[in-house]
Amino acid sequence: MKEIVIVSGKGGTGKTSITASFAYLGNKDVIVADCDVDAADMHLLLKPDFGNPKDFYSGLLAKIDQEKCIKCGKCAAVCRFDAIPIINGKFIVEPLNCEGCGYCPLVCPTDAIEMNEQNVGRLFVSNIKTESKMVHASLKIGADNSGKLVAEVKNKAKEIAENEEKKFILVDGSPGIGCPVVSSLSGASFVVLVTEPSVSGIHDLRRVYQVIKKFGIKAGCIINKADVNKNKSKEIHNFLEEEKIEFIAEIHYDENFTKAMTYGKTIVEYDNGEIKKILEDSWEKIKELTTNL
Amino acid sequence: MKIVLTAKGKEWDSKIDPRFGRTEYIFIYDEDNDKIEILDNISVTSEAHGVGPKTAQKIFDANADILITGNGPGGNARTVLESGNLDIYVGASDMTLKEAYDAYKNDELKKF
Amino acid sequence: MKIAIASGKGGTGKTTLSTNLSSFLSETESIILVDLDVEEPNSGLFINGNLVYQEDKFKMIPEWINNQCQLCGNCQKVCNFNAVMKLGKRIMVFPELCHGCYACSELCPTNSLPMKPKRMGELKHFKLGNLDFIESKLIIGEEQAVPLIKQTLEYVDKQFPKDNIIRIYDSPPGTSCPVIEATKDADLVLLITEPTPFGLHDLKLAVDTMKKLNKNFGIVINRYGIGDDKVLSYCKDNNIPIIAKILNDRKIADLYSNGKLLYKEIPEVKKQLEKVRDYILKYQTEKMK
Repeated sequence: MKEIVIVSGKGGTGKTSITASFAYLGNKDVIVADCDVDAADMHLLLKPDFGNPKDFYSGLLAKIDQEKCIKCGKCAAVCRFDAIPIINGKFIVEPLNCEGCGYCPLVCPTDAIEMNEQNVGRLFVSNIKTESKMVHASLKIGADNSGKLVAEVKNKAKEIAENEEKKFILVDGSPGIGCPVVSSLSGASFVVLVTEPSVSGIHDLRRVYQVIKKFGIKAGCIINKADVNKNKSKEIHNFLEEEKIEFIAEIHYDENFTKAMTYGKTIVEYDNGEIKKILEDSWEKIKELTTNL
Repeated sequence: MKIVLTAKGKEWDSKIDPRFGRTEYIFIYDEDNDKIEILDNISVTSEAHGVGPKTAQKIFDANADILITGNGPGGNARTVLESGNLDIYVGASDMTLKEAYDAYKNDELKKF
Repeated sequence: MKIAIASGKGGTGKTTLSTNLSSFLSETESIILVDLDVEEPNSGLFINGNLVYQEDKFKMIPEWINNQCQLCGNCQKVCNFNAVMKLGKRIMVFPELCHGCYACSELCPTNSLPMKPKRMGELKHFKLGNLDFIESKLIIGEEQAVPLIKQTLEYVDKQFPKDNIIRIYDSPPGTSCPVIEATKDADLVLLITEPTPFGLHDLKLAVDTMKKLNKNFGIVINRYGIGDDKVLSYCKDNNIPIIAKILNDRKIADLYSNGKLLYKEIPEVKKQLEKVRDYILKYQTEKMK
C-alpha cells in the first residue's frame, strides 16, 4: 500500500482541486486523507457524508480554581507565554495564549491549577461520491498546531487502507514548511508538487522541496497555469532537472477549474477536453512512478 | 541477545507493526533465556508529539540489542536508539513476528 | 495604526494586497510593511529595498551539562512535550519539540539544564523611499512559526515606538496559532478572499476567527468576476463591509508572476487601493472620536 502526498508550498496553486481530481479518478483504489486541516476544502468537491465524527484532543489547557487561588502570582511569574493576565484582580488563564506546558501547576502553593485536555477539533471518516472513503477533520478556531491532527488523519486513513486492502492513500498536504507539512510528508512513498509559474510559486517550491529532500522521498511535479508565464515555466523545468524531480505535466490556465468548483464538481467531472486528458495521464504516471519505487 | 520487534499483537504469529513510533506493542525476545516480554505501547500512541523517542526510550530501557521493524524509526527516535548501541533491521513489514525473526536470522532483512 | 492583512485560504492575494497597498501609501507618507508569513515570506519578491539591518533570531532551548547532574529524571517528568528524555546516564533534548517553557531548566535541582539560544530564523529590514519593510524567515527544519512572529513584532515595536505610522502586517494563511499571533494586536484586519466556494468556505473560518479575537475587519474581494456571487451575498447578509473589489484580469496574473507591482500599470487596481486608503482614513478618524 503506497502513500501519495500532494503539496505545494504556496497556497492557491490548485493543489486541492488537482488532488480531488485524482481522488475521483482513483475511485475504489484510493483512500483519501485531507490533511490540509487548517482550511480543509476537499469536502466541497468530494461530497463526504461526515460520518463517524470523533472528538479530537490535543494539548492541555491550564485552569485556575478561583476558590483555591490565594493570588500569590507565582503562576504568572513562571509563565513564558503571557497566558495568565490579571483580570479584575483575578488570575485567569487566557486560553489563546496557554501552550499547555504544565509549569504553573507545579509552582502553585495551593494546588489551584488543573491541566485539562483540549478538544481542538473533530475527525471524520466519510463515504464520498466515488466508491471510497475520505478521512478529514476540522480544527477549531485558534486551535494549537495541526501536526498531531494531520498524523491522526493519516493514521486513520492508513488503517482503513490496510483493512480494505486499498492500493493507495492520497493525501492532500498542508501548505508551508512547518509542523503540519512535516506531518503530512512522514511516511510518504511519493510526493507530487503542484506549482505555478510565478516568482512566489517558484520561491515556495524551492523551500518546500528542501523539506522533502531532507526526508529523501521521490518527487514529481505538476505545473499548473503553465501558460501564464512561459519564462517562469522554463525556470521550473530547469529546477526539476537540477534536482532530478520527475516532470509529470503542464496544465494551462483554465477557468473551468473555478466553474467546476462552483458546481461542487472536480474538474475531471466537469471538463471533457484537454484538462481531463492531462489529469488522467498524470494520474496514470503517478501511479506508475509510485508503484515502481 | 535481546531482540525487539514492533508488533500488532502478542503472539509469534501476530503481524509486524510497520510503524515505529506508534507501534501497538513492543515484543521483546530474550534469546539466551528463551523468555518473552510484551510492552503495551498504547500510552505512547495517544501523545501529541515526541512519540518516536518515547517508544525508543522503552526499547533503550529494556537493554535490547536488535530491533526488527517495518519502515524504521524517524530522526529523533533513531538518535535515541543509536545511543543504546542497538542494531536496527527493516523490511519486515508484511511478515508475522516469527517470519521476521527467521528472516533476520537468515540475513534476509536490511540493516537500517 | 496596525493593519493586518489575512485570509482563511492561501493564495487569495494577501501579499499582493500588502505589497501594493504599502507601496502605494508610501508615495505620500512613511509606511511600515511587516511580512509575518515566516514559513513562506514572499513580499520581498515584489519590494526591492536596500538592506539596512539583518539579525539572526533565536529561541531558547535547554542544553545539558554533565558535571553536577544527578540523573533524577525530574526534567523528563515536567516536560509536557516529550522534548527532554533521560536515557541511561544521559539527558537528551529534542529541540524541535521544545516549546521554551523553561520548566525543566528552572526546576532542575542541580542547574544542569541551562537555557541556551538556538538559531531558528532570520530577520531582515529593508528601506525603499518612505517604506520600511521587515521580513522574517524560518530556517528549514524549524517548525514553530509563533516564536519568530512574536520576536519580529517586538523588533518592529522597538524600532518604531510611536503609533503614528501605519503598519501593515502580511499574515500567514489559515486560522491557527500563527495567524492569531500575527493579528491579535491589529486595530483593523483586512480579509482578502476570492469569490469561489473554497474562498467562501475559508472566509467564514477567517471571519469566525476575527470575531473571536474581537477584531474590526472588512473584506477585499480579489479576482472579482470568477466563480459566483455567494461571497457577496454572505457579506451583505452578515453586514460585513466590502472595502474593495479587484477585478480578475489576465494582466494582473502576468505582472504578478513576474514579481511586479500592479497599481502603477493598472489604473483599476490603483482605484481600489484608493478605496482601501479612504476606508483606513475613515476608520482612523472615527477611532479618534
